[in-house]
Amino acid sequence: MTLLTAMLRRTALGIMTLFIVSVLIFIGTSILPGDVANIILGQMATPDSLAALRAKLGLDEPAHIRYFIWLSDLLSGDLGVSKAGAGAGTVGTPISEMLIPRLANTLQLAGAVAVVAVPFAVTVGLLAAMYPGTKLDRAVTFTTLGLISVPEFLVATLLVLVVAVQLGWLPATAYISGQETGMKLVRALAMPALTLIIVASAQIMRMTRATVLNVMSSPYIEMAILKGVPRRRIILRHALFNTIGPIANVIALNLAYLVSGVVIVETIFAYPGLAKLMIDAVQTRDLPLVQACAMIFCATYVVLIFVADMVSILSNPRLRHPK
Amino acid sequence: MPALLEVDGLTIKAHKDNGGLVPIVKGVSFTIERGEVVALIGESGSGKTTIALSALGYSKPGLAFTGGEVRLEGRDVLSIPPDDKRAMRGRHVAYLAQSAAATFNPALTIGEQVTESPVLHGQMTREESQERAKALYRALELPDPDRLGRRYPHQVSGGQLQRLMAAMALCGKPDLLILDEPTTALDVTTQIEVLKAFKSVIKHEGAAALYVTHDLSVVAQIADRIVVLYAGEVLEHGEADQVINNPSHDYTRRLMAAVRPPPAAGQGDTALADHVRESPAIEVKGVSAGYGRQRDGSAVVKVLRDVNLVVQRGHTVGIIGESGCGKSTLARVMSGLLPATEGEILLDGAPLRPSLRQRNRSELQRIQFVFQMADVALNPRQRIDGILGRPLEFYFGLRGKEKRRRVSALLEMVELPAEFAGRYPEELSGGQKQRVNLARALAASPEVLLCDEVISALDTIVGANIIELLKRLRRQSGVSFVFISHDLSTVASFADDIVVLYAGRVVEQGPTDRVLSPPYHPYTRLLIASVPELRIGWLEETMESRVAQAGLDRIVTMTDTGCPFFDRCSIGVKGLCDQETPPVRHLGGRHAIECHRSEAEFLEGTF
Amino acid sequence: MAEPIDRTDTATTFEELPDAPPRRRLRLSWSGKLGVCIVAFWMAIVFIGPSISPYHEADILDEALFIVPGSDNPYPETDYQPPGSVAWLGTDYLGRDTLSRTLFGARMTIGISLASTLLAYLVGVTLGIAAAVGGGMTDSVLSRFNDAILSIPSIMLALVMIAAIGSTIPILIVLTGLIYASSVFRIARSLGLDVKVSDFVEAARVRGEGLWWIVTREILPNVAMPMATDFGLRFVYVILFISSLSFLGLGVQPPQSDWGGMVRENLSGLPYGAIAPLVPALAIATLTIAVNLVVDDVSAHAGGRLAKRMI
Repeated sequence: MTLLTAMLRRTALGIMTLFIVSVLIFIGTSILPGDVANIILGQMATPDSLAALRAKLGLDEPAHIRYFIWLSDLLSGDLGVSKAGAGAGTVGTPISEMLIPRLANTLQLAGAVAVVAVPFAVTVGLLAAMYPGTKLDRAVTFTTLGLISVPEFLVATLLVLVVAVQLGWLPATAYISGQETGMKLVRALAMPALTLIIVASAQIMRMTRATVLNVMSSPYIEMAILKGVPRRRIILRHALFNTIGPIANVIALNLAYLVSGVVIVETIFAYPGLAKLMIDAVQTRDLPLVQACAMIFCATYVVLIFVADMVSILSNPRLRHPK
Repeated sequence: MPALLEVDGLTIKAHKDNGGLVPIVKGVSFTIERGEVVALIGESGSGKTTIALSALGYSKPGLAFTGGEVRLEGRDVLSIPPDDKRAMRGRHVAYLAQSAAATFNPALTIGEQVTESPVLHGQMTREESQERAKALYRALELPDPDRLGRRYPHQVSGGQLQRLMAAMALCGKPDLLILDEPTTALDVTTQIEVLKAFKSVIKHEGAAALYVTHDLSVVAQIADRIVVLYAGEVLEHGEADQVINNPSHDYTRRLMAAVRPPPAAGQGDTALADHVRESPAIEVKGVSAGYGRQRDGSAVVKVLRDVNLVVQRGHTVGIIGESGCGKSTLARVMSGLLPATEGEILLDGAPLRPSLRQRNRSELQRIQFVFQMADVALNPRQRIDGILGRPLEFYFGLRGKEKRRRVSALLEMVELPAEFAGRYPEELSGGQKQRVNLARALAASPEVLLCDEVISALDTIVGANIIELLKRLRRQSGVSFVFISHDLSTVASFADDIVVLYAGRVVEQGPTDRVLSPPYHPYTRLLIASVPELRIGWLEETMESRVAQAGLDRIVTMTDTGCPFFDRCSIGVKGLCDQETPPVRHLGGRHAIECHRSEAEFLEGTF
Repeated sequence: MAEPIDRTDTATTFEELPDAPPRRRLRLSWSGKLGVCIVAFWMAIVFIGPSISPYHEADILDEALFIVPGSDNPYPETDYQPPGSVAWLGTDYLGRDTLSRTLFGARMTIGISLASTLLAYLVGVTLGIAAAVGGGMTDSVLSRFNDAILSIPSIMLALVMIAAIGSTIPILIVLTGLIYASSVFRIARSLGLDVKVSDFVEAARVRGEGLWWIVTREILPNVAMPMATDFGLRFVYVILFISSLSFLGLGVQPPQSDWGGMVRENLSGLPYGAIAPLVPALAIATLTIAVNLVVDDVSAHAGGRLAKRMI
């Protein structure tokens, strides 16, 4: 298998997964009670007006037709319209208008967390693996074990208790209007970001340490020891190259979690991100909005894992240097 | 002046679960002088690798040095600080491991790994070390020495990698080389070349060496002195000549007795005429097979091509060939695990369906398969009585007392005590597991027993015992054997007929005596000449006589056109052998050779 | 435990040496032992919690209980009371006994999590082994489908489903079980694939054994041990998941108590230093850390083979 075929194969798999996901999301949201027409018209619905609106929105088509219409709209960038702002007989706000600022907020948060957590956690995980059994290693193992064992909401609450309530350093909620810059923005982001950094770092550290230790038990590392190679060089030159793939996977999994698993954090800190938008949309039965959000979350996951796989493929010497 | 290496009362213990220590090396002492090659010989569990690693001041995790000293030029390497150990490793003492494929880092270039040690130790600049590496590649007869350093480990063959490991060890001009079974994983034709390269390079560099192996024949070629180990103790220690030609200890003598003599005509067990019936026990006709299935039904990767062979009732057919030649695939095809894409298999004259799913229970019962590695062929979660009882129940419906009685009888048949019935496989030694593996196949009362490399994973003595057992079973039961092995000596001592496979083709077959005496197929000749003899000086003689020169660096090609051996053949005809499939030459008495050379040429012995 | 082999072999003086040391016995470190004790403690609470609890989970404590002798206030506060003789761990935002609610909540949180994990295993192992053994089309279809499910964030999936069909305890169990079945599937499949190609399975195939025998007698016993370790980890994830759902108000509905929900409902007390939200949080943390400690010991024993698979 050459580099190219491996990459093409992986791309095809990714596209297939996305396709299946879109079907699942469509089916999943279809079982939510009440359709859009019903919701838009609300109290003023009469059988006639319902039928008229349904025909207008294409809701009277069979499910598989509606799916393909939805999918082709999606692919052409048309996310549909939300219930929000809809009046009697009129159609509401385009979803993209609602989505973009929220998505920007979530990306801002996730980006801030990634920039801090990834280098920090990978470095600490590496150090722990470099010096197994030392105080540092034991401290890392023990702390991360504790952190991955408790729910995020506990970490968040404790942070609020200490930083916001006891010390009064930062606000307990993170309202973002979109106008903040500089220090204001940092302050607004600080609490949710800190929570996510702690949670994500714990996972990345643990997995990085395990991955490197796993490579460290291979015969070629023993050979390096027997050649008199110093420990630092063993890790940085001999082990690290072979852990790029697995570590990329660890990072991807945790970044995907940042975008999607942030529900709790966005709720606690009232942070106006995408997850919060989706929860609200579910509660108001805003189907097109739920579908759009879900699709973004799944696509993020698939893309991140895809990138990680590409990194593994590219870092595989067998594929990079074919015979 | 002290000897280069003095191992003095070395004791090494392993940590047990209950916190205790169990000794695995018990007060071992020996010395190595400068420029001398000392062999540590012993079977698995004798502690030979553990002792060898102690010369680097290293022990595997879970082991601890508890007594004695290992002095390198008078300095105890076990008690020096870690930094001094690191400075000594690679520079003064270098290590060659058993599997080069696992010891080369897949992500770094060969050049970087070969030159790493001398550069790190400040012995040479990068450029100097690269020049030295190239010189070593040349000395080790590696191809394309100028560009080899830029390649990655997966881009070169196993035999090349093994020699590259020697280059890696020698690059820093160490005083002492530790070689840990460096040729064990190689095919015989490759082993001889690697051995020769090692020997000449060690001599040329003037390094001393500690050569760890279980193979006496290899030791005879390379060692000046021999230390015989058993269960962590030195049993015998002397000059190579004395230990090999005049061993003083019982164990050494037993070890020597278990070494099979080199293959030669007249060794085969004579056939048992009373079992011969009209139709052969099993017959393979024009079988092709491989992995992956194309649309037209043929295999994507073809492993076997047009294989024909006949196993007479009560006879043993030995199938010989090097790794990748398709011998295990042939066994899988016969058992139905891998359906043949072409050709057919006849059991007692009646055709069998290709896939085992389509075969009926009685057909399955009559052909039994003995897997290579007893370690993984026995379900670790079943007890021995369950493992042996299942075929009895499955094929013959035996239950309860009757089944228990049969299980005891089977254990007795393979010379194991009846109380083993209650044990799990992990509570048995390697040889004992292989006996259970055999007993499971015998439980089905088969007509044909397919034995796939059944002794290759075993120690010499244990393996010899299993061969004795097989010979006895054959006499008693009249079962027909298909005996697959890469070891020509084993096959020669056991088989009535020999089939030589090369790149999925039968290149020669016939009665053992005929195959092992001229005329030979060139590949058979190469194989026979490559089997090391337990005789000092054999390696030099063989290399001198130049029969075994054939291409070490060539990768065996599964070609559709021409003779697969053409690349390595000394009598090949360009334009013919590489273009057309060789015809089968019948030389009389079931002896056949697949070659473009004519019967007349073979019988005249023109080459 | 396996003694060193007593060699009863043939009449040779030099016997075969055992080729490997006897299998190591699982020895728990002190932290592993502590883990086992804590897990055992909570399991006991699941069964006897309600019967030893001082009050019922839904009881709002009577004001009379809090009247300080000698004080003339006949209507003392009952909510967020600090620990005392009446309520050992204080009261919650409605004046209910935190200890009682924690003891009752154990049954709900652990019970639902355990049932969900078991369901996840039933579904995941069945399909995972089916994919591994079936191979070909079966494997491709199941694996692609599973990949898709894995890529949907679990909490989102739960959110949509609960919005659609409501939140009762059976729904919660089934939903969580199915969501986590996808990760069990992945591990069961990869373990199954390893065992499937082992020689002892081939030996059974050559013998002519049917699929049922091969799966139940040859494959399953050999994946049981690593799967048991994974079960522990999965159980932790499920506890955290169920608690998070309850924390979002989507899980167990009041007045029944469960630990995640208890944290949520008492969050308002946090600024005033009430311990009502901390007690259930601590309960979750002790249980999950304890399970992880045990799992760590077991997987270290298995040589980290499992850790590799989980990355």
